[in-house]
Amino acid sequence: MSDIQKVKVTIDGISVEVPVGTNIVDAARVIGGDIVPPTMCYYSKLEGSGGKCRSCLVEVSKGSEKDPRPMPKLVASCRTAVMDGMEVKSITSDRVRDAREGVTEFLLINHPMDCPVCDQAGECKLQDLSYEHGDVGTRTEFVRRTFEPEDIGPYIQLHMNRCIMCYRCVFAAQQLCDVREHGIMNRGERSQISTYIEQALDNEMVGNVIDVCPVGALTDKTFRFKNRVWFTKPVDAHRECDTCCGEVRLWMRGEEVYRVTARRDEYWEVFEASNGKTGWICNTCRFHKKKVSDWVIEGPAKINRHSVITQGHYVGAHNPQENLINEVIGKSPKLLFDIHSQSDVNRPEIELSHISGPAHSDNFLPNKKIDQERVLDVGRKK
Amino acid sequence: MKLLLAKAHIPNIRSYEVWKANGGYASVEKALKMTTDEIVEEVKKSGLRGRGGAGFPTGMKWSFIAKPEGVPRHLVVNADESEPGTFKDRYLMEFLPHLFIEGIIISSYALGSNTSYIYIRGEYAWIPDILNAAIAEAKAAGYLGKNILGTGFDLEIHVHRGAGAYICGEETALIESIEGKRGNPRIKPPFPAVQGLWMRPTVVNNVESIAAVSPIIEMGGEAYSKIGVGKSTGTKLISACGNINKPGVYEIDMTISVEEFIYSDAYCGGIANGKRLKACIPGGSSVPILPANLLLKTAKGEPRMMNYESLSDGGFQTGTMMGSGGFIVLDEDQCIVRHTMSLAHFYMHESCGQCSPCREGTGWMYRILKNIEYGKGKMKDIDLLWDVQRRIEGNTICPLGDAAAWPVAAAIRHFRDEFEWHVTHPEEAQVRNFGLAHYADERTVVAP
Repeated sequence: MSDIQKVKVTIDGISVEVPVGTNIVDAARVIGGDIVPPTMCYYSKLEGSGGKCRSCLVEVSKGSEKDPRPMPKLVASCRTAVMDGMEVKSITSDRVRDAREGVTEFLLINHPMDCPVCDQAGECKLQDLSYEHGDVGTRTEFVRRTFEPEDIGPYIQLHMNRCIMCYRCVFAAQQLCDVREHGIMNRGERSQISTYIEQALDNEMVGNVIDVCPVGALTDKTFRFKNRVWFTKPVDAHRECDTCCGEVRLWMRGEEVYRVTARRDEYWEVFEASNGKTGWICNTCRFHKKKVSDWVIEGPAKINRHSVITQGHYVGAHNPQENLINEVIGKSPKLLFDIHSQSDVNRPEIELSHISGPAHSDNFLPNKKIDQERVLDVGRKK
Repeated sequence: MKLLLAKAHIPNIRSYEVWKANGGYASVEKALKMTTDEIVEEVKKSGLRGRGGAGFPTGMKWSFIAKPEGVPRHLVVNADESEPGTFKDRYLMEFLPHLFIEGIIISSYALGSNTSYIYIRGEYAWIPDILNAAIAEAKAAGYLGKNILGTGFDLEIHVHRGAGAYICGEETALIESIEGKRGNPRIKPPFPAVQGLWMRPTVVNNVESIAAVSPIIEMGGEAYSKIGVGKSTGTKLISACGNINKPGVYEIDMTISVEEFIYSDAYCGGIANGKRLKACIPGGSSVPILPANLLLKTAKGEPRMMNYESLSDGGFQTGTMMGSGGFIVLDEDQCIVRHTMSLAHFYMHESCGQCSPCREGTGWMYRILKNIEYGKGKMKDIDLLWDVQRRIEGNTICPLGDAAAWPVAAAIRHFRDEFEWHVTHPEEAQVRNFGLAHYADERTVVAP
């Protein structure tokens, strides 16, 4: 690796050496942790993506060793290449935090906020963004934007109201499929993802648009309303497949496979498969192989993320900071419903990552009785 | 002083014969005997600043173009003049097409572009015909096509019609549109000078900048730079409109004052119907609006002149910008809230929808302004509006976000009491206007 020229970049006071041409987000991901700018539209595996959502804005306080002038505007870190000696401020800059709060607000003013019925809830990037960078409450009083529902085929559910126009699915479909089937219609506020005109998406690789969608705009129709993400347990599995790498993640509850997705890392990007290519999966693997017998199980997936699905139950996850009490001054918040009292999986005392093989309801049986008492307890306290 | 419009009054100047008989194409013949570097040097010396709005020196822009071996370069002329209040390019193209084509030939020769494009806005439906006719005439006379004047330089000019999108006036969106794609601005870098049209080095210039190249070559960069003051050299076309007696396109040499421009009979001829001046947007709808007292005199008390430096004196706090020269005058009967609302509606409608602050923020600003205008506003809405524009400005991919935020910011900055009056007197605001209040400069009250 010595022949690749490396440059030194400092992000929030942490220095790292990365190859020439790396953008700031990827350099930050090498460091990891809280300084990594949130990315709603950037997807390193998709060429041309990024620069649109503006949630990854950072402040460049020193341009480079040669030209130490700071950049006057905040820059989109996903489309700005690092220079030698560059100094970047991410979460340590007030301007950046304010701009991200603004972007979050902009993304949410027309979002339907239907998380309780959204299949993406729990692994939604917009939830993460608003949790980390959003303000409490909303300042908009206007009717939210809605679109006519559109049917784009038997496998993919398009829910345009939730879309944040990240263009990821457009790039994914263009780069993975032979025929260009869908794109952006209209302009400005009324721009929307659509097929020309209201055709179905039926390419063999097009299911990957579900995986790249950061919100619940494109979801799996075969998983629709079947289960909540945090009730299912991710298990890595593979099978022989002619069209794709066949390496997937099954989302199981008991012995039932609820959903099949590609394997994704902590930034929700698809991993490289063992054949060296990006591990996109085909529609057959995704939508038709929903029996455990179709797959060779490799073991539980280690998910290293901070989203709702992983709260306290997976490796290296952070617990949310409880700030509700500070917000509702003088009122003590009431616990209405403890999710762990209802869920078979994700019990705090069960470390899912330590269970080998798919999770059976047997694994949770000893706690069944306690569950019911807990429910009663919660009820009485009220 | 007239350079660009000097021959505009001659009857039938549109035709090649009349243009040639009046000294046309002399600059092309002079330029093609020079080397390309000499032309770039002349333009640099002239101090010509881009007339499209940003005011970036044209010669500097030309010298930035990358020159890799074996890769063609392109000149694209931005004739997508969609800024509300600006109509100077239309006048140039419609009445002096040969002056414009002369400029394109010289600029293309200087930049080494063998295929140049004119991107013209779709609403100018009749102008492409005028330009195409002029291009055909120039080709027949040997000024276009293969081996121009025996120099071995080839040039084809294509006229590309837009489809009526303001955003396609942004240079990278314009390039995307010529390529046949959706008119979304590209993320910079790479800049068009390195990777522009068809991923080749490209220079995008405004019509007026290109047309000004012809007189620069004719009279020499040195002489051109002596016109005007300071860094505002040469002449500028101003398209004046609004509540004035003589709206139209005027060529000024940037040494006159704003007061003279508005009240002199040679230019706007004063405020229409003997009303008083309330406010003015001196450079097209995107630049900040100024109340009369700040428009005619800078914060330091000096008279404000019609040039780049003087108009932007005081920054956005007490100044504005030259912009593209769309001079919109508002008299005492105009409502600033309604005016700002209609601008906000324009930017909401023209946002491409690519990046979130602009897509969501422009519509939000419009709805807040609509509430205030129609008597449903609250005091906190004004602060909210300020906050929204602050978070759009500078955080978007292209300058449309800034252009949408600046008019709103300036309106609140200078006319906050009018916004507050709309909130406190919702019913009265429906039937009468706020009027002049303290914005007027007493000195400017002229008898009709």
